[in-house]
Amino acid sequence: MSTTTYREAFRAGLREALAVDDRVFLMGEDVGRYGGCFAVSQGLLEEFGEQRIRDTPLSESAFVGAGIGAALGGMRPIVEIMTVNFSLLALDQILNNAATLLHMSGGQLGVPVVIRIPTGPGRQLAAQHSHTLEGWYAHIPGLRVVAPATLADARGMLATALIDPDPVLIFEQIALYGASGELADDAGPVDLDHAVVRRPGSDVTLVAYGGSLAPALAAAEELAVDGVSAEVVDLRTLRPLDTETVLESVRRTHRLVVVDNGWRSGSLSAEIAARVAEHALYELDAPVERVCAVEVPIPYPRHLEEAALPGPADVMAAARRAVG
Amino acid sequence: MTASLREEKDRLELLTEMLRIRRFEERSVELYSSAAIRGFLHLCIGEEAVAVGVLQALGADDAVVSTYREHGHALARGVPMQAVFAEMFGRTTGCSRGRGGSMHLFDASRRFYGGNAIVAGGIPVAVGLALADAMQRRPLVTACLFGDGAAAEGEFHESLNLAALWRLPVVFCCENNQYAMGTALARSHAQTDLALRAASYGLRSWAVDGMDVLAVRDAARLAVDTARAGGGPCFLELRTYRFRAHSMYDADRYRGKAEIARWRERDPVELLASALVAEGVIDTARRAALEAEVAAEIDRAVEAAEAASLEPVEDLTRFVRSEVS
Repeated sequence: MSTTTYREAFRAGLREALAVDDRVFLMGEDVGRYGGCFAVSQGLLEEFGEQRIRDTPLSESAFVGAGIGAALGGMRPIVEIMTVNFSLLALDQILNNAATLLHMSGGQLGVPVVIRIPTGPGRQLAAQHSHTLEGWYAHIPGLRVVAPATLADARGMLATALIDPDPVLIFEQIALYGASGELADDAGPVDLDHAVVRRPGSDVTLVAYGGSLAPALAAAEELAVDGVSAEVVDLRTLRPLDTETVLESVRRTHRLVVVDNGWRSGSLSAEIAARVAEHALYELDAPVERVCAVEVPIPYPRHLEEAALPGPADVMAAARRAVG
Repeated sequence: MTASLREEKDRLELLTEMLRIRRFEERSVELYSSAAIRGFLHLCIGEEAVAVGVLQALGADDAVVSTYREHGHALARGVPMQAVFAEMFGRTTGCSRGRGGSMHLFDASRRFYGGNAIVAGGIPVAVGLALADAMQRRPLVTACLFGDGAAAEGEFHESLNLAALWRLPVVFCCENNQYAMGTALARSHAQTDLALRAASYGLRSWAVDGMDVLAVRDAARLAVDTARAGGGPCFLELRTYRFRAHSMYDADRYRGKAEIARWRERDPVELLASALVAEGVIDTARRAALEAEVAAEIDRAVEAAEAASLEPVEDLTRFVRSEVS
């Protein structure tokens, strides 16, 4: 084991991907000379050169579309969009081309592009840099959407995404880049199909993903002090959803709290609640609880940003209501 | 074969290809009227010289990106007529297995990347195809066809800049038929000289008479050769006109009959046909024989398309993700 940061784990994944496959290249705004807006790709330009680490103009639609075209042309592009709110400028390409070409062409045109999108709140970046829009992308058939929330996933999801013959969106938590922890020295590719139980428990299931995993785990820790045993499920892959792992947990605990940094209405939390209602309603001993972002654009001041987001106290309160 | 004989043969082929497209589109109108084809149907009658002139300038391994008004482009690229009709009938033998319809013709084997019905949405993809060829050191060119309406979209400007910045082998072919659906160029652009605007990005750029298939062909060859030789992307503004409405739903109230009549005097099919007759390359009997050959091909293609099967409903969710064996 070694101590490392999420930033370094993502970079290690990038470096390995570039080293093992000549078809892989990275492009996006400031990924080269600047080293990446969040310093994830620092040093890669010097190591791999201008051909494979490509600074682009501020043209999200054009360079995401170019990634799609390059994928059609036999390359394995990794496209970085600086933050999730900017990804909306490329939504045409992501939805109308990347997610759609295979079907629209009757199976002829797979699009093996990987799009990395820093996302999420926590840095006081205000209402155009802090949102959690993963749920919108998880709505779209044709995409795989993943949310690395641990160091191992930060290190290992990219390699697996690059093997996928179809588009994969990787949502990286901006607030986690600087966080550090222990990572196995032989950490490598991880599966992109399954949710994982991060903490076993028996009284209540807390389902979280991406930026909501940390408050869910913190809440579980606190709940344990009070004698409430909370199981924490990390969804990891938001599309396709691993419903079965969630259902298995609910069948054990009979109570469900979904923690989602996205807005409540029409959210992933709503999807999880609906699936549990469809498949395990009679397993539930209490109504489903949802802890979501308050439905406001994320404000700048720290106290308001924190108030807008699910925190451990909110999760604990919801879990206690569920446990009764 | 002497140079002049080869040129005669080439011109006859250009005429034949334009006739195939013209008659194909006319049959499509009939089939639409009888409800055999549904959805949107955008005809390129009047614009055949663009399709034929541009597409014949490409090699078999070059790539093509097109729009929703792409029947002519697909046919000129060599997509079998039967596969295009079958696509519009929604049959499994369609060039997109019937999943796409008129606006989404694809043929990966011919590097025909469709069939994009978001105005300007295909342009970034063309840049990426050219990037892939350049990075893999393949001496190939991507032709990207779009209409004048696309020149108002951000993706157009972003893509021209990116292609020029990276000197990618793209030939941007703006099929300027004067109208973005019902809005005339001058009603939506302060500067209507599109070739001039493209040149401002650092591309070599030409405005071409899009009704003259020989002019289109020669300009396309020059642009393709330039891009292939490492001269960077090129831009062709091909000034043309659609004789029919924007789509089958369009009542065509936004332009005068006199204007349409004026452009019809420069019908690209008739321009070339009359030149060939005047020069004695073909006579009226040969022209009639050509028409008969094209009509027979269309009859066979429609018949085959009609006989093809529909995809079983159980297969509805196929092709959302790749089928990995």
